[in-house]
Amino acid sequence: MTFRVVADLGLCQGHQMCQGEAPDVFGFDEAADLVTVLQEHPDDSARSDVESAVRYCPAMALAIEEEA
Amino acid sequence: MTQQIKEVSYAVPDDGHGHLAEMRVDPVGLFQRVYDECGDIGRFRLADKDVVLVFGEEAQEQFFRAPDSTLDQAAAYPFMTPIFGKGVVFDASPEERQQMLKNQALRGDMMRGHAATIEAEINRMVADWGDEGEIDLLDWFAELTIYTTSACLIGKPFREELDSSFAHHYHDLERGTDALAYVDPYLDIESFRIRDAAREKLVELVQGIIDRRKERGTVAKEDRDLLDVLISIDMSADYITGIFISMMFAGHHTSSGTASWALIELMRNPETMSAVVKELDELYADGSEVSFQALRSIPVLESALKETLRLHPPLIILMRVVAEEIELAGHTIPTGTVVAASPRVSNRIASDFPNPDSFDPGRYIDPRQEDLQNRWTWIPFGAGKHRCVGNAFAMMQMKAIFSVILRDYEFEMAQPSESYRDDTSKMVIQLEQPCRVRYRRRAK
Repeated sequence: MTFRVVADLGLCQGHQMCQGEAPDVFGFDEAADLVTVLQEHPDDSARSDVESAVRYCPAMALAIEEEA
Repeated sequence: MTQQIKEVSYAVPDDGHGHLAEMRVDPVGLFQRVYDECGDIGRFRLADKDVVLVFGEEAQEQFFRAPDSTLDQAAAYPFMTPIFGKGVVFDASPEERQQMLKNQALRGDMMRGHAATIEAEINRMVADWGDEGEIDLLDWFAELTIYTTSACLIGKPFREELDSSFAHHYHDLERGTDALAYVDPYLDIESFRIRDAAREKLVELVQGIIDRRKERGTVAKEDRDLLDVLISIDMSADYITGIFISMMFAGHHTSSGTASWALIELMRNPETMSAVVKELDELYADGSEVSFQALRSIPVLESALKETLRLHPPLIILMRVVAEEIELAGHTIPTGTVVAASPRVSNRIASDFPNPDSFDPGRYIDPRQEDLQNRWTWIPFGAGKHRCVGNAFAMMQMKAIFSVILRDYEFEMAQPSESYRDDTSKMVIQLEQPCRVRYRRRAK
């Protein structure tokens, strides 16, 4: 089972916490002050880091969508 | 037109200002009844305004996602104007907030320093505790959070100038948030007179600090704080005080109340208390620093804090003024209407939070994750663009506070469990006094 990383740019407040949790998956657009998803379909080994990023996002802007 | 939206019944007779009389005695009962009688969208009267209250995922998502140009936050809280002072903004726009976040105190990489600052402030507050004694939760946490918010958001040199008198006057300001402000925030009533006197006292205290800074002359860059910057651009003590009051406001009564309620819920739920203490004992067994761990995952404590926030959200209603006609839950809402969501009611709707009145930290454990599953209805921090920008700071502060006090002390209620309750007679709700708790140093 793979998963997709989704960032809601309408909600992102630019805290950049996700970069600390999963630096390979999340980047930051300095000009727009918003998160960028570097890997939309990361390897399953990154799952727990991405889950932490989702859980600790202060703007609740991140989500994981499961794909069959 | 709002006339098509069902209006809630009256539990307290209309004294000419609609449901304002009930807002002043039982706002939670009023908001709950709006939901019970009207469903996802209902309406009550607040002085000369219609307040449209929305519930449920769909309507609340629309409410929280609406841009400032559609739903304006600043205009919805007239009771804040006399507290901040004229010309001091209630809240920055999302763009300005983002800029502040980037440049200043709430930035992720500043958190480590804040965690160390908070730990030091708690240690100072417990320094004279001795082996056992009693505290009043409201007095104690309100004073602690004056020191932590001033030290972290304004600067340590400023904090060093403060004592409990600042906390005392600040508390009087918070008490000056009677809903009668919706009639006129300058009415001649006691709580508003106390509010205005308290603000003058705070300006005097800040003026004294400014005078001492000016006398002292300039200091090295690393010893300066925000106050020095504001003095250097010739701002008046009145305006500077307004800025400081507004910077501290969102983080003060909210954190103070949450810390108090978390301790009360832990005392009411001994199994959760034991699990939290066990978790903390294991975490700190290796001698690691609070300032390090408070920034990391402490899952059992975090779940207890989230559940405290769900049951006792510090803000029971979040309001906006319609600046541009908007459709919510199938109704077109005209400009000038107040629309609102109630964290206190939303957080306890049984379809999203089964057994809603029970304290159950297990809600946040995989796979339930009731906070993430209900991101538009689990709203202790609000949601959307205006979601509390300080929530990471707040959670870190709570983790630091409980790491320190539960490591060294155990607590028990000094009064009947059900006698701990909120005083909801003002828009800023606070714990009702007395709210006393006994502590005893833990045997090592």
